[in-house]
Order: sequence, then C-alpha cells, then structure tokens
Amino acid sequence: MLAQHTVRSYDEELKYLAQKIAEMGGHGERMVDQSIKALVEADNKLAKQVVLDDQFMDDTQREIDEKAIMIIAKRQPMASDLREIIGAIRISADLERVGDMGKNIAKRNSAVSETAHPLRVFRGLENLAQLGLTQLKDVLDIYASRSVDQLDRVRNRDEEIDQVYTSLFRELLTYMMEDPRNISSCTHLLFCAKNIERIGDHATNIAETIYYIETGRHMTLDRPKEDKSHRVVLEEPK
Amino acid sequence: MKTKTVETPMKTELPAKAAMPAIKIKARNVDVHYGEKQAIKDLSIDIPARSVSSFIGPSGCGKSTFLRSINRMNDTIPTCKVKGLIEIDGKDIYDKDLDVVQLRANVGMVFQKPNPFPKSIFENVAYGPRIHGLAKGKTDLEEMVVSALKKAGLFEEVKDRISQPGTSLSGGQQQRLCIARAIAVNPEIILMDEPCSALDPIATARIEELIDELRENFTIVIVTHSMQQAARVSQRTAMFHLGILVEEGPTELMFSNPTQKRTQDYITGRFG
Repeated sequence: MLAQHTVRSYDEELKYLAQKIAEMGGHGERMVDQSIKALVEADNKLAKQVVLDDQFMDDTQREIDEKAIMIIAKRQPMASDLREIIGAIRISADLERVGDMGKNIAKRNSAVSETAHPLRVFRGLENLAQLGLTQLKDVLDIYASRSVDQLDRVRNRDEEIDQVYTSLFRELLTYMMEDPRNISSCTHLLFCAKNIERIGDHATNIAETIYYIETGRHMTLDRPKEDKSHRVVLEEPK
Repeated sequence: MKTKTVETPMKTELPAKAAMPAIKIKARNVDVHYGEKQAIKDLSIDIPARSVSSFIGPSGCGKSTFLRSINRMNDTIPTCKVKGLIEIDGKDIYDKDLDVVQLRANVGMVFQKPNPFPKSIFENVAYGPRIHGLAKGKTDLEEMVVSALKKAGLFEEVKDRISQPGTSLSGGQQQRLCIARAIAVNPEIILMDEPCSALDPIATARIEELIDELRENFTIVIVTHSMQQAARVSQRTAMFHLGILVEEGPTELMFSNPTQKRTQDYITGRFG
C-alpha cells in the first residue's frame, strides 16, 4: 500500500476518479441486466428507460476524461499515479461502450417483441448475459480490491462467453433456416448476443488495464479465444 | 441444414529489445566523506557513453557530491575524502599520477547558476583552448570559438556582439555560453549540476534541446530536481537517497514502473 501524497488534495483527486469508475461500473451492469430483462419480458417501458440511462455513462466518461487531463496538467503524475490516471481513462472508455451495448440491446426491444420468434431462444441469451454480467461484476470488484491475482481467472473465463456465443450464433442461424419468419427477430437477437460478447471483451480489457495499473507490466498476449462465430457457415445440403 | 466451422490461422510476433551502449564511466564501491559525515555509501554504477544519464533524489542525497567526484572537483574541499574506484574509459581517475587539469578538460562542468568570466563572450570561450594550448594560431582559435558557440546553439544570437561582456547576456544565454566554454576544450564528458534551475521555461527548453543534440558527441551526466526534466532529457536515471544509490535503470522504466518503493515514493510526490 502506498503512503499518502505530500499534497493531500492530489490523493482526493485520484480517489474521485476511482469512485466515478465504480459508479459507471454499477450503472453499466444495471443497464445490461435490465435490457435483457426488458427483452425477455417484452417490457418496452423498461427498455426505453435503459436507453435514457445511457446519458449518465456518456456524461461520466467525459467528466473522468476532463478530470484526468486536469490532474495530469496540474500534478505531472509519475509511475503508479500516472498509470492510475491513464487506467481510469481507459476503463471509463470501456464502461461507456458497455453502456452503449446495453442501450443497443434495449433499442432492439420492440423489433424483437413485435415479430415472430421462438421463445426458447431467450434461454441461450439469458445464459450468455449472465456470464457477461458476472465477468463485468468480478472485474469491477477487482478494480476496487486490487487483488490482481484474481485477474487471470476473469480473463480466462472470457473463453466460456465466446463458446456460448458461438453456439448461440449457430442456434440462431438454425432458427432462421427452419422458419424464415424468424429471420427478422433472430437477426436482432444475433446483434444482442454480439453485444453481450463484446461486453465480455470490454471486461477483459478492463482486467488487462487493472493489471497494468497495479504492476506496470502488460498481461501476456496469448489468452484463450474461443469466439469461432466468424468461421461458422451453413453446410450445403447433400 | 447444418452449420460447420472453417479454419483461418493467425500469428503475432514481438519486437526484439535494444542492447546497452559502451560504458564510459564506471564506479565501484565509492565512499565519499566530508570529515566525519559520510555523503556517499558504497556506490557502484555504470554510465554509458554518448547518452544522457540523470541523477535524481531529495536534497542532501549525495547526487551532486558524486557528480563532483567524477572530475575531482571535490579535491578543492580539504575535508572531502573519496574512497573506492572511479574509472573513465577504464582509467582510474584517482590515480596519483593522473593530471587533474587534463581530467577536468576532458570532463567539463556546468553549474546551477550561469558563471561566465567577467570577460567578453569571445574570451569566455577562448580561455580554455588558450590555457590548454589547443589552438595553433589566432585563426585557429577563432574557428574553435565559433565552432563551440555553434555547438552550444548560441552563435547566431551573439555573432554581432562577440566582444561584449559575457555577463551582458540573458540567463539562458549565459548558461549556453558556459556550455560553449566547457565544450571548447573538446571534452568527452559534460557534467551538469541543475543547469536549468535558475532559468525560465523557454530558456530551459533551449538547454534541454541542446542537451539532446550534444548527446550525439558527448557523455552527459545531469543532476536535476525536476523529475519531468530527467524524464525528458535522459536515457538512464539514477535515484539517490541518504548517500545510497537506490536504483538505476532506463529512464522510461524508472518513471513508469520503478522497482524500489523509495523511488516510487519520491517520483510520485509521497516522500517524507
């Protein structure tokens, strides 16, 4: 644990950044959770609220950027402080994107609820969302506790999200082939699934940033990647 | 209809790391005492040639004392005793047969406050080559002065008033005049003891720019209280505290990820 700065207000400025990141994290988690809930329950009102909620994420990210730039200009931070500030800028950008993903899922709500779709498709999506949200929650907990030894576990779990996403991709493709009336809703759901898969990627980015903040080193590049959806094609009937 | 997966392999490669240049100054187990008080304790360091090394640390940490040991400026202080080995190009500079005047010509020094002689700009620079008998005649001496002033980035500003007193220049110009005076005798090493602490930001920027140009031909060691300056101008940084070399390494690492807690505390403003 580092001692306090000679200038106490410097510590307060850094603490403020961390607090704002925590607020963005909690808000982002709630947005994603509610966007999926709105989708499954065909709750358009909730979906609209999620779309409005994204404003907070955008505003807070800008606030973090501005505060971070002011700290850099005023304090000329070095080493761990500099990493902390640059880390806050990076993490807030990732969280802002998480908010965008939640908002995007919410925006597709009416397009899915008003068109034909097989009900069982939501099970896979809920499962995927649960994994993504656990990932996000864990990584935000680590940001607060700084227990970097947990990071590998979080990062490696992204593999599971990728696997579930790839199988959901196949599943949706199959529904579309089975009944062309599903195409409209399933295409939207495919984007929803992709959004959640991206949330997993942002959680991984945040894990890597936390590791850099704490150690000054980068995590190894070779993490498991199991998203094979870019290689999935339909087989020609024999 | 079924789905299948097609293969598309990918590869990533990392760049190789650069090697460290040749060693110019080598110190081993150096102790420096001022009477009873020990100012440097068991210091060992390698300073690479043709690059800038900076010494940082809180006041009284021994960085200036060690800097002054490199050209034996400490010999002028009667109570000062230097033990251990300091070599330049493999030669012990505390060898009793060594010519100290020659050493100080080879290892120039620039101080915190610009200290031009109370002579003309020309004479300030010509003084060194003249006493060391480096010039073959008047024309040769003039060429040497012009060349040193050019290297110090001062010639264009003073060429029309070269016979005016050195003290008539601005603080930043006086400091560059002192650098010109130091390089006029063709040294290999230039020691700088807080060369910008009495200068405004623009004059500081010009000196930093000059340091960056000079490192092509000189080995430069700079003591500075400005961490940002050390980060800007030097390739290697050494952190001193209470007479001990706490840590030494590539500047980019020292300011982004130092290994020692004391360095970390000092550069992030948590000291004391």
